[in-house]
Amino acid sequence: MLNKKECVAMLLAGGQGSRLYTLTSKIAKPAVRFGAKYRIIDFPLSNCINSGIDTVGVLTQYQPLVLNDYIGNGQPWDLDRTFGGVHVLPPYQGKKSSDWYKGTANAIYQNIPFMKRYDPSYVIVLSGDHIYKMDYSKMLAFHKENGADATIAVIDVDIKEASRFGIMNTNDDLKIYEFEEKPKNPKSTKASMGIYIFSSDVLYKYLEEDELDKTSENDFGKNIIPKMLNDGLKLYAYPFKGYWKDVGTIDSLHEANMDLLDNPDLDIFDKNWKIYSRNIPYHPHYVASGAKVSHSMITVGCRIEGTVKDSLISSNVTIEEGAEVIDSVIFENTVIKKGAKVHHSIVANDVIVGKNAIVGEMGGKISVVGENVTILDSEKVEAGKIIER
Amino acid sequence: MDALGLIFSNIHNKEIFEVTISRTIASAPIGGRYRLIDFALSSMVNAGVTSVGVITKNNYQSLMDHVGSGKEWDLDRKKGGLCILPPNSTSFEDSNFRTRLEAVRSNRSFIAHSKAKYVILTDCYQVWNVDYSEVLKSHIESGADITCVYRKAQKGDDYFLPTTSFELDSNNRVTKMTFIQKKNQEFNESVDTWVMERTLLLKLIDESLQTNYRSFNRDIISRNLNNLKVYGYEFSGYFGNIYNLQTYLKVNMDLLNKDVRDELFNKENHAIYTKVRDSAPTLYKEGCVVENSLVADGCIIEGEVHNSIIFRGSRIKKGCKVYNSVLMQDTVVGENIKLDTVITDKNVQIISKKEMIGDKDHPIYVKKNGVI
Repeated sequence: MLNKKECVAMLLAGGQGSRLYTLTSKIAKPAVRFGAKYRIIDFPLSNCINSGIDTVGVLTQYQPLVLNDYIGNGQPWDLDRTFGGVHVLPPYQGKKSSDWYKGTANAIYQNIPFMKRYDPSYVIVLSGDHIYKMDYSKMLAFHKENGADATIAVIDVDIKEASRFGIMNTNDDLKIYEFEEKPKNPKSTKASMGIYIFSSDVLYKYLEEDELDKTSENDFGKNIIPKMLNDGLKLYAYPFKGYWKDVGTIDSLHEANMDLLDNPDLDIFDKNWKIYSRNIPYHPHYVASGAKVSHSMITVGCRIEGTVKDSLISSNVTIEEGAEVIDSVIFENTVIKKGAKVHHSIVANDVIVGKNAIVGEMGGKISVVGENVTILDSEKVEAGKIIER
Repeated sequence: MDALGLIFSNIHNKEIFEVTISRTIASAPIGGRYRLIDFALSSMVNAGVTSVGVITKNNYQSLMDHVGSGKEWDLDRKKGGLCILPPNSTSFEDSNFRTRLEAVRSNRSFIAHSKAKYVILTDCYQVWNVDYSEVLKSHIESGADITCVYRKAQKGDDYFLPTTSFELDSNNRVTKMTFIQKKNQEFNESVDTWVMERTLLLKLIDESLQTNYRSFNRDIISRNLNNLKVYGYEFSGYFGNIYNLQTYLKVNMDLLNKDVRDELFNKENHAIYTKVRDSAPTLYKEGCVVENSLVADGCIIEGEVHNSIIFRGSRIKKGCKVYNSVLMQDTVVGENIKLDTVITDKNVQIISKKEMIGDKDHPIYVKKNGVI
């Protein structure tokens, strides 16, 4: 082969994200908007290119249209390459069989031919629903230093939270001797981040064996990793320090958005680690006389006449005079009309919140308004309610 | 659209010398995130022009950096696309071009190589969103050889520069062109934009060689008013006319007007494209005050901003007050500083000078990378 890649990334982006309710009724979770101008998948894609990985397979399955369109030829992430670049990999029909992706491992298994085209020494498996900035090249260096067969990125979690995660129990040298999925009595606080580096030959072998095992759920966490441990392979835990959040629920999505406002670990202004996204050609946003904006993030095309506090406002949003948006996340093209109040809510794209309407309540549960919904003038959306069109 | 676009990137440099010391007028920053050439390029692309030549003379590094391969304008094409035309000394003109006609002449081979039927020529000092498909339609319908775009200059517009005025008959045919320094009167002002068949342009270039003509307007168009059918096309929309620092400030401030913004930026299928910088959204900190201002992405605002244009990546620190100003990209205004009617160029830091106050006839200009 004329060319080879040292490391190819496989990004699992097929998740339905059902705990995001209406926000994922028409799009896959990685395509959900985040942080005023991004989508969740911008983070792993930007991490790849910033880490020097320029070949990425994106495995899609659930509602892939928007995601496919968004990724396009990969140009916004500098992933439009003549050899390599980003490739969307949906399930496909084969001569003998045609299968949906049965599990995370099966999704990667079905794309062994894609990986082999680049003859990589290593494969990094990523998930498309986490917000974090991570230099995968450091993890790869760690994998190589240890001569590992597989390396799993772990983050230190609170011991009280540990039973929600897949926990890696390691020796002092970070070699993993045991993996426990959601243990009742966790022995360690090293939670798996769903990021794996495999030496490619080992990966291919285990994927092929796993496929033959009819009892397997074809899942990395449940099947592949335990089997590797059982066979005595060298698995290491790579300790990641920094911001990392699974944005799989309404609460965590809201929280991660708010973290952009003042969590120094999630600095998106860092010029050395830019987060790239597909650009929409809007003019800079306009803040009118009489508007009050504080502790918020706003992006292009918006017109702000009312009050915006502790909130994130996506592109081309209008917030009219006397309207009030507090502790909320507003997706693009939405209009908040005069006198309306949006408190402690997530309002999706292309929504109209009518005059003097009230959405959500401070101190209550988060309210969610799905895309294309119109909230009538003076209508009230209770705290914690999820409105879908 | 079967037309070749030709954009002059620095015919007007001298008139706004502060901003064009290190760049072409085409790459002068405007409106928070744009460069002046974005308007010319986007209008052409939106009309379906797929081949554009940008004629340059000097200082064009920033222009090349801005337009790159042309992909933001969808001009990274196998056929046509964006072509920067660097200065080209030839045997018959051994120095660099001085006029628009000489510029076109020195790029004759580029024009000859194109297969487009029509050619659109324009400049970069205009902030407008013209529909070239309408201009071309009018050109074809009127049976014109050359169509000149003009606008009605109003009383109250101040002119410091010689400009071209058209006299038109009832069919909008140009009967007379005058070159005047006008103040405060109504007339049909040329906006230095022309449409004609490409072969006609080549013919006019070749004829001008024999006679050693210099000026496009004076020698080519004006002298041919009897031989050629020269028609006017009135552009009646918003027209930001930049020819000195005062008008640079004024046009930026015009963007605070919603009608102007809607007309320039929010017309369906007429978006204005620009280079993407991948900045974060702008972060407003607790205690900041912002009103009647246009703010681009990538800024962090802690202080006060009133009636101003803030470009990408600027930092407005605590306790500072910014009024009526244009702060170009990556400007830093330090703590407790007051600015009024100040234009800071790219990457300026105002740290120690506590107060800078200009007025709209004499705005203060701080040059690129300046530290004050």
